[in-house]
Amino acid sequence: MSVASSDSAVRMSRFTRTLIYLFLLLFALFYLLPLFVMVVNSLKPLSEITGGNMMALPQVWTIEPWLAAWSTAQIGVEPTGLRPYFWNSIKMVVPAVAISTILGALNGYVLTKWSFRGDKILYGLMLFACFIPFQMVLIPMARVLGVTGLAGSTPGLILVHVVYGIGFSTLYFRNYYAAFPTELVRAAQIDGAGFFRIFWRIMLPSSGPIIVVCVIWQFTNIWNDFLFGASFADFDSQPMTVALNNLVQSSTGVKEYNVHFAGAILAALPTLLVYIVAGRYFVRGLMAGSVKG
Amino acid sequence: MTATSQAPVARAQGPRPDFRTRLQEWIPKLVLSPSVALIFVFVYGFILFTLYLSFTDSRILPSYGWVGFENYDKLFRLSHWTISVTNLAIFASLYIVICTLVGLFLAIFLDQKIKGEGFIRPIYLYPMALSFIVTGTAWKWLLDPGIGLENTMHLWGWTSFQFDWIKNRDYAIYTVVLAAVWQSSGFTMAMFLAGLRGIDNEILKAAQMDGASNWQLYRRIIIPQLRPAFLSAFVILSHLAIKSYDLVIALTGGGPGRATELPATFMYSYTFTRNQMGIGASSAVIMLMTIAAIMVPYLYAELKERK
Repeated sequence: MSVASSDSAVRMSRFTRTLIYLFLLLFALFYLLPLFVMVVNSLKPLSEITGGNMMALPQVWTIEPWLAAWSTAQIGVEPTGLRPYFWNSIKMVVPAVAISTILGALNGYVLTKWSFRGDKILYGLMLFACFIPFQMVLIPMARVLGVTGLAGSTPGLILVHVVYGIGFSTLYFRNYYAAFPTELVRAAQIDGAGFFRIFWRIMLPSSGPIIVVCVIWQFTNIWNDFLFGASFADFDSQPMTVALNNLVQSSTGVKEYNVHFAGAILAALPTLLVYIVAGRYFVRGLMAGSVKG
Repeated sequence: MTATSQAPVARAQGPRPDFRTRLQEWIPKLVLSPSVALIFVFVYGFILFTLYLSFTDSRILPSYGWVGFENYDKLFRLSHWTISVTNLAIFASLYIVICTLVGLFLAIFLDQKIKGEGFIRPIYLYPMALSFIVTGTAWKWLLDPGIGLENTMHLWGWTSFQFDWIKNRDYAIYTVVLAAVWQSSGFTMAMFLAGLRGIDNEILKAAQMDGASNWQLYRRIIIPQLRPAFLSAFVILSHLAIKSYDLVIALTGGGPGRATELPATFMYSYTFTRNQMGIGASSAVIMLMTIAAIMVPYLYAELKERK
């Protein structure tokens, strides 16, 4: 993001600048190291890993570990690979992100443009809900899912993620809409536009940036969730993170590190892709003050 | 989304039926109500339920025999719990301090009109897109003395190099800090960078004309202006620390021994594998109270300020 300030107030010597570049470069290496190691070693046969150097490039390049991780690796008791779990995750994430984002947008709209007595307290309660330790809700949630027959199912997980995602999506949209000129809404009201019409015609068209921020946030959080998946899912609904953990932690047989790495990258791929494609907007959204900073 | 609101039908001016107006007044509250209901039941209702369970003799299943503070009494006598809390104290303080420092310095340095900033920034930020399970898997391997960094250094000729913290009871908790910092420090960097970009350059130039050095500029003017970013970073990092569960599971599984157990892993194992639900519930209550002690004042101040 090239900010307009063409002449920064801070000036420094060439030497200091070199040091700064070195420091930044060093940290870039630190952040890249694990990814590099994972990618390189996922392309080696197992013998090269156990006998060799993890930093070395493969002598024999192979995509065998990737195929194994995707479709034949032993996960739990079944040799299914990560494929079914990948789809479980997709089936869970897409509706959960969509629902929580829509609810968040509507909530933010109500809380900023249709304020009423007590809305602040309600918002405070929703906000606090973002930060509770989920350990506090695990036991009753397990009971409720069991009683309603949603235990171990994808709809059950969607419900869980929507419920605990609303707080954040509401936070994003509320902060964003708070800066939106209320006069426009009032003018539209005088012209006879109703609640939904104003939302659809005036609020939504200018909500692009915050929708991106909210979708990225929810997508990464829900895709990466482990606790709920581990607690409330079974084979037909277990998400990718749980399957990856089962794959890596399985104590039977030879540890196929190359397959583990391929699996880890597969599990990380969707969020990384979202990040690479839209991460710029996420940072921009953050900078626009969607997370107050 | 309602399709009807899309139709651009021009409405007639003039007095509208009364019920329409009244309906318009109710719509906002109706729209908000499902979310509020969900939050009340699934968050606050559940909190009350778990709170209640923590005073009962629940074991494998919830049971309703009232035992008063017995679970709390037992909890605080368990060395397992004491270890978890101590570990959390070490982990949280290091994690928060290191992430804040690394994030702050990276942001300040990145803000010096660095060539290729657009290239470097995503490198710092991408770990936050990963699951803690992925992070844990990667670091578990890097830190493993047999195949990871130690082995690499040996192969590169530095044979006396030793780095076996992950297998060492006294140091394993620091490997959790390392992996967690790797994952989150880019995010703190982004928050500080956002703060830095929001500072008015004119003030800085004026100060510089008055002869302020770079060091003074940062110490006296820029860093104090980042107060809100510090606060947000602290709040976000501390709640992440208290909730940390996945990373420990993937990186160390709580071991070696109990060396990296945290309250979150303690709660899970007591509730779901050791069938001590009462004690598990009481540990969750303690976690909630710790988070509330940090969050409630913060949220209160935030909401009051933005009238």
